[in-house]
Amino acid sequence: MAKLKLPPRGEATAEMTRRGFLVSMTAAGAAFGFPRAGLAAMDPAAPDGVPATPAGAVYEPSLWYAIDAEGKVNVNIIRAEMGQHVGTAIARILADELDVAWEDVSITHVDSAAKWGLMVTGGSWSVWQSWPVYRQAGAAGRMALIEAAAAKWGVAPSECTTQDSRVISGDRSVSYAELVSEGITRSFTEDELKALPLKPASELRLVGKDVTALDIANKTTGKTVYGIDAKIDGMVYAAPLLPPTRIGSTVASVDDSAAKSVKGYLQTLTLDDPSGTVPGWVMVIGETFMAAQRAADKVKVTWKAGPTATVDEAQIQDHGRALIADESKGSILDTGNSDTAPVFEAAADQISAEYTTATVLHFQLEPLNATAFQNEDGVWEIHTGNQWQSLILPSLQAALGVSADEIVMRTYMLGGGFGRRLNGDYAVPVALASKALGGKPVKMVMMRPEDVLFDSPRSSSVQALKMAFDADNTVIGMEHHATAGWPTEVMVPSFMPKGTNGEPYDPFAIAGADHWYSVGAQKVRAISNDLANTTFRPGWLRSVGPGWTNWALESFMDEAAHKLGRDPLDFRLSLLTAEGRNAGSAPNAVGGAKRQAAVLQRAAELAGWGSDLPADTGIGLATSFGQERDMPTWGACAARVKVDRATGQVTVEKLHLVVDAGIIVDPDGALAQTQGAALWGLSMALYEGTEIEAGNVRDRNLDTYTPLRMIDTPDMDVEFIESSEVPVGLGEPATTVVAPAIGNAIYNAVGVRLRHLPITPEAVLAGLKA
Amino acid sequence: MTSFTINGKVIEVDVEDDTPLLWVIRDEIGLQGTKFGCGIGMCGACTVHVGGRATRSCVTPVSAVAGAEITTIEGLDPEGAHPVQTAWRELRVPQCGYCQSGQIMQAAALLQDIPEPTDDDIDAVMTGNLCRCMTYTRIREAVRDAATAMKEAASNG
Repeated sequence: MAKLKLPPRGEATAEMTRRGFLVSMTAAGAAFGFPRAGLAAMDPAAPDGVPATPAGAVYEPSLWYAIDAEGKVNVNIIRAEMGQHVGTAIARILADELDVAWEDVSITHVDSAAKWGLMVTGGSWSVWQSWPVYRQAGAAGRMALIEAAAAKWGVAPSECTTQDSRVISGDRSVSYAELVSEGITRSFTEDELKALPLKPASELRLVGKDVTALDIANKTTGKTVYGIDAKIDGMVYAAPLLPPTRIGSTVASVDDSAAKSVKGYLQTLTLDDPSGTVPGWVMVIGETFMAAQRAADKVKVTWKAGPTATVDEAQIQDHGRALIADESKGSILDTGNSDTAPVFEAAADQISAEYTTATVLHFQLEPLNATAFQNEDGVWEIHTGNQWQSLILPSLQAALGVSADEIVMRTYMLGGGFGRRLNGDYAVPVALASKALGGKPVKMVMMRPEDVLFDSPRSSSVQALKMAFDADNTVIGMEHHATAGWPTEVMVPSFMPKGTNGEPYDPFAIAGADHWYSVGAQKVRAISNDLANTTFRPGWLRSVGPGWTNWALESFMDEAAHKLGRDPLDFRLSLLTAEGRNAGSAPNAVGGAKRQAAVLQRAAELAGWGSDLPADTGIGLATSFGQERDMPTWGACAARVKVDRATGQVTVEKLHLVVDAGIIVDPDGALAQTQGAALWGLSMALYEGTEIEAGNVRDRNLDTYTPLRMIDTPDMDVEFIESSEVPVGLGEPATTVVAPAIGNAIYNAVGVRLRHLPITPEAVLAGLKA
Repeated sequence: MTSFTINGKVIEVDVEDDTPLLWVIRDEIGLQGTKFGCGIGMCGACTVHVGGRATRSCVTPVSAVAGAEITTIEGLDPEGAHPVQTAWRELRVPQCGYCQSGQIMQAAALLQDIPEPTDDDIDAVMTGNLCRCMTYTRIREAVRDAATAMKEAASNG
């Protein structure tokens, strides 16, 4: 895993561009077929997921798409489809520049062949990273088609235009289909690519316009093919028996004598895992899913438990507090001036507070599953839904003891990702079981309690914040110390940048604390909770760090405002001045903190901020820049809540969300993502949360783990700011503004300040009594 | 041997009596549109109709449906054009889609029982179906739209 190196964001795009055109540059004009397309890829609009075979001659202007002799354009998508309709958004970007009729466009989610480069779907990056790449690819194809038509007619390319899959010049017109069937061999040099003209925002014809995503229809008829639906001839089923700790347990003994009477029981495997992914796992193999399950109930395994078998949430949190108290720990982020000590020494006044969040489960609805086998070419095939193929492939190679070209991951639709399937660890035990059975196809579907036990949960967190004021109550300094389990340290340490003190940090576990408020000297310290890291696998969960950093930050901004007797909206706006490092920069953060101020102001206005409200009712505000400073998605939430003083019950009556994400590529998809993200935020604020008990998560199923249901879903308004700036991410940002908005609303309703997520009626009652 | 009718076809399966109907439908019969979510009847992804009633197939032993008529998402409408499915597409309800077979089957049963549901009816019935993508606001609206469409179809028919 240490071999995997993710390029920094800008380079990722450059790499995609370069790689995308490599085929054209080295093998210009070759008509690439789609060998074994049915196995290699998936079209979510086709009834069985199998992409159509291209008709006749094919022109591939770049790796990212092909046009066939009927003018059909198939767009290759390296991102996983997990509900964000990502393939549709990306295909719209390309189709717009290519000027192809949308009816001619299909998409293919591709397998993990090396030619696709880095495959990851997360961080709300997909549209943002794809935007320049697929635009350029579309423009290149359009140019090639224009040149072919111009040559045919003996006119200059500049005399030709394109529209709806046709090249037009004066009263002459020819279809893309005809041009491709006559043969196009144009390829482009890098300089030519850079010089291609792109449409100005005002001329975009598909981007920003309403569309029904290509994956939707099949999801209303049961035809969508998820990993759990994978079928391979001759496959057997595996039911896993999980060790008492995630790490460090070993199998002492296995007794399957009672299982032998189960019809269809085959054998029990104690996995030997050279990759170290699933230590202590035992797999019970059966002819059917039920046979494996029934047998697994009867197989007795004893383990020697790992060292974390008695760890609980309080120990992890106390360890976090001790880490924060030790100033030598952690990594200091570059915030311009992090020398806060003299500022706090000289301060006329200051405020400090500690915030905590509990462990949260992914609970993606499709339980973890995978199918693995060695095909007739000797290649290991892994059939599953996954968000980060490039991350788990090295582990799969280590587990199987094979090289990169001997293994391929096939793409399936994901029954929810939310970050769980960034960590593809669930594929490893299945590959190992297949290996132990000589390459026989093995399918594992985890029962829900095992899926949860094997989750990579969102770590609990502890954060300490403080702010310094001068004699005029002007903010002159701020500190934000945050500790949690670090997913990136555990899974892909090479991706951690270094802070100003030379210490590495998990950027996803601290993002959000490096905010756009101008607060003078600012220290942001990220500290890895090593007890969390060794007890469970911390995971990336929708928004990751901002899920806790923004809870602390935005609650604290209100606390600071109230301390000063200032309006929380005015107080924030006075700090969102867009000066210095918060002024923003082209192309991704044009306008900087001014855009954050604008969404916040708009949300407050829509919610009726400052108006009279009934008793025990309050409106709370919170804002965020999304996931990372390099790709800010400006967002704000105004939550109106009513608190029942007798029960402590909090009812969210209304959520207003305002988002500035630059150009909105797929408006309805953007709305759906923002609605879903906001309700995830609500769910984690009031209804979710578990704890580590005896080394594992306490709650294992929906009898005790209680995500938001329809009955508690409030009325919600979402507004996007119209913009012609670069499109940025939308899958996550709305998640992190809801909890602090609710916390602030509760304070405004009944004067109780909550500093722990989830907010429980008991905590509200305790606050009311205090 | 247990015999029942599924999507209009009589079938016989040879499995243990306590085998959950869900796994019979998915693995023995091969209809995979019905999904497995929690295994304890609390998420609703496995919802099918048994004798017209919305039923959690993951906690229903196959022996309990002997002789019954079962409908799955594949059999709700031959063209996939049940008013609930149409409303679901028009409002673009699905995100990941994994729960939606169960949501649609639950909603179709709801509208059969209560053709003109109030918002409270919708919330009370549909709250048993978890959507992890949290498409609840669209589900709510789609059930209303489907109710309207079914009412109009009935009065025109």
